[in-house]
This record gives sequence, C-alpha cells and structure tokens, in this order.
Amino acid sequence: MALLEIANVRKSFGSLEVLKGVSLTVEPGEIIAIVGRSGSGKSTLLRCINALEGINSGEIRFRGEPVRQNMKNLRLLRQRMGIVFQSFNLFPHLKVERNVTLAPVLTGKVSKADARELALEVLTRVGLSEKIDAFPGQLSGGQQQRVAIARCLAMSPELMLFDEATSALDPELVGEVLRVIEDMARNDLTMILVTHEMNFARNVSTRLIFMNEGMVWEQGPPAELFANPKTEEFASFIRATKQA
Amino acid sequence: MTGFNLSQILHYQDLFLSGVLMTALLSCIVMFFGSIIGILGAVGVRWGPRPVQYALRAYVEVIRNTPGLIQLFIVFFVLPSFELRLPPFHAAAIAFSIYFGAYAIEIIRAGLDSIPRSQIEAGQCLGITRWEVFRHVICMPALRNIYPAFTSQIVLLVLGTSIASQISAEELFYMGSFVESRTYRSFEVYTFVCAIYLVMVLILKTVFAAGGRILFRWPAHD
Repeated sequence: MALLEIANVRKSFGSLEVLKGVSLTVEPGEIIAIVGRSGSGKSTLLRCINALEGINSGEIRFRGEPVRQNMKNLRLLRQRMGIVFQSFNLFPHLKVERNVTLAPVLTGKVSKADARELALEVLTRVGLSEKIDAFPGQLSGGQQQRVAIARCLAMSPELMLFDEATSALDPELVGEVLRVIEDMARNDLTMILVTHEMNFARNVSTRLIFMNEGMVWEQGPPAELFANPKTEEFASFIRATKQA
Repeated sequence: MTGFNLSQILHYQDLFLSGVLMTALLSCIVMFFGSIIGILGAVGVRWGPRPVQYALRAYVEVIRNTPGLIQLFIVFFVLPSFELRLPPFHAAAIAFSIYFGAYAIEIIRAGLDSIPRSQIEAGQCLGITRWEVFRHVICMPALRNIYPAFTSQIVLLVLGTSIASQISAEELFYMGSFVESRTYRSFEVYTFVCAIYLVMVLILKTVFAAGGRILFRWPAHD
C-alpha cells in the first residue's frame, strides 16, 4: 500500500487558490524532492500533509487513513510523521536533550529513565551528541537544524517532511545539514523535501517533482527530468536556478 | 515642630509592624488570586468561546479605565446594600484582586501573543496535546517575556494597597495615619512609612530578580 496518497487537493487562502488539484502518491522508501518557484504551492502542500493547513477539497491519505484537520486522532497521526521547518523552531527554553525527548516522553514512546539514552542515540546520528546539554541559543543555525532533525528522528517517524530546511542557513552551514539528510536517505526513511538546493535534489531524490502554479507540473527520476525538461516552464526554471 | 525626631513615633513600633504584615499579607493574597484571574482570563481571551472573550474584555476595560478607589468603595460600601457586608480587609482583598486581575490578564495575554505561531506549530507537529503544548512550549518563554512588566505591576499593587486605608483596613498607611493623628509628627511618620514601603519594594524586587535568574537560564535570543 502507498504510504501517502494525495488526490486532487485544492487549497485557497481567501480568494487566492494556492493548490489547484494536486495529486501525488508516495511509496515507502521514496525520497521525493519538490522544487519550484516561490508561490508555486510547495510549502503549502507540505503543510497540508500533516494538517497544519486544512484543505478545501480532495483527499490526503496516510497509510490509507484520511488526514483531516478536525480529525480526532490527528495527534497520533502526527506522531508518525516528522516535519523540519525552515526556521528550526526548536524550543529555546529547553536544553537539546529535552527538545529531542519532550514528545517521546509525553507520548509514552520512551520512559523518563531511558530518555537520555534515546537523545544520545538520535543526536549521534546527526553528529551532535556532545551538545546534549546545550540550549538551542548556544548552537549555530546548522547545529540547530540538525537538532530539529534529531527531534523528529526520536519519534521514529514513518515519513519525514522537510520544508526548505536549509533556506535560512548561512551558505557554509548548508552542507552539514544536507549530509545528515543524505544519511537518512540511505537508511530508507521515506522523505518529502521541499528545497531550493537543486544539486541536492538531483543527487539524493528518487523522484523529482516540479510544481508550478499550484499543480504538479512535471515529475520523474531527477536525472531524466533535468536532462530533458518536457515543459518550457521547467526548462526556464532550471535555467534561472543555474544563473543564481 | 523641632527637628527630625523618630523616638516619639517609634513608641508605636508594634502598630507599624502589624501594618507591614497586613500590607504584605494583603499583597500576597491579591497577587495569588489576581494572578489566577490573570492566567485563566488570558487563556479565556485567547482561546475561549466568543461570549467569554467579550465578557473578559469588558471586565478588563471597565476595571482598567475606572479609579481603583471607587472600585474599592463599591465593594465596601455598595455591596452591603445587597446584604453582603465585608470586613475592610476582606473587601480590600477582593477589590484589589479584581483590579490586579484585569491588569494581569492584559500582561499575560501579551505574553501568550509574544510566542510565535511557529513554536506552537512545532509543538503540535510532534503530536502532543494542546495542554502539553501550552505547558511545555508556551508557558516558560511567555513568562520570561512578561516578567519585567509583571514585576512592575506587583510593585504598583503593593504601593496601591495603601488606599485600603480609606476603608479602615489596618495596613501600613492606615497605621501611619493613626500614629500621625496621635503624635502630630507628620514629617517623621510619613517619611518613616515611605522608607518602609521603599524597603519592602526593594526586597520584593530582589526576590523577583533572583527568581528570574533561576527560572530563565536559557540564552535570551535563540
């Protein structure tokens, strides 16, 4: 069964229609990179997947179960998918350990006694075990984003969403975060990444999606898509990103 | 009137001491109940149903835009016409709690508003309950953001309890006035009472500053 099915999803903010009938199926183990111009609806789509935004019509199913903003067990569903935000959104008043273990402890995934061990384990995966007792404010942007990834990993999610995870970082810090994501990709974690890092999208994703005007405009294996863009919109987008 | 002479008024040290204790007790009671009103009210204004929001806003506007002295008089002099007769201290505690609560609602609401939406979303996305988001994500940063304003409001409260003397609640200023009427040493009495208020507030501020250092250990800007 598909992990995630998105069928004909429409979403408007007021009179502005941002998603104009998006359909997309994600199989377990896939690494989907979504690229496109700003305003094309990439981030909104991602936020709809875990119901941070409600949808106006269409359907989103996670492991066959419909995702709705007003559903009763939305909480349980969100425990199974992690999201990494552009601006990290770590909790500034909690040490790294607590940031990472807050949800696992509160949801009963891990006992208080085993929490530190879990924190060490996931922090090791992002290469930050030595920062376990630091506050987020004492870390660089790249380190904060890696902690944010560890915070998701601690919940052992079935799906990871990345909403422009490197866009707020200084250029020299982008690499360390991308390396962590790449490492997760090798571990068969299903991921959907909204990104502006075209090289990364090309090298890491198993499927590339080009969104334009609130629709899935083109999709396919990244190498193929980059080599032979089928539409003028995608071709011009590739040209524009190369110039930058 | 010859020179500054405290010896005469210090005969009444027991009265001053009892006044200090009354002022401290009244302040503590009002701080406690006013803060509860403030927390519940702010949560109600922020997340409550519409009618609750309107009612709370009306309460805040009425209390904050009318003289505290009149509010005190209403509780003490008007409620008895409805068969509700309260001793001065009780009336003062109730009136000031209502008064302080309105200011606390505004301060705490501002604190809740100061937490970025993205923080709340990050909490929700972890699959924890709304209460857990409030308790673990919003509470402490909001408290830190309002701490200076809240401290000032409590200082104003302590100083403001002196108007309870107007309904004969036997707090510090009432005792001072009483001693003044016995000794006619206005200068000494009021200087002395002022100094006591000053010391009380300085102690209070020191305690709050220490509390802040213990509670808020994380770097100020993330």
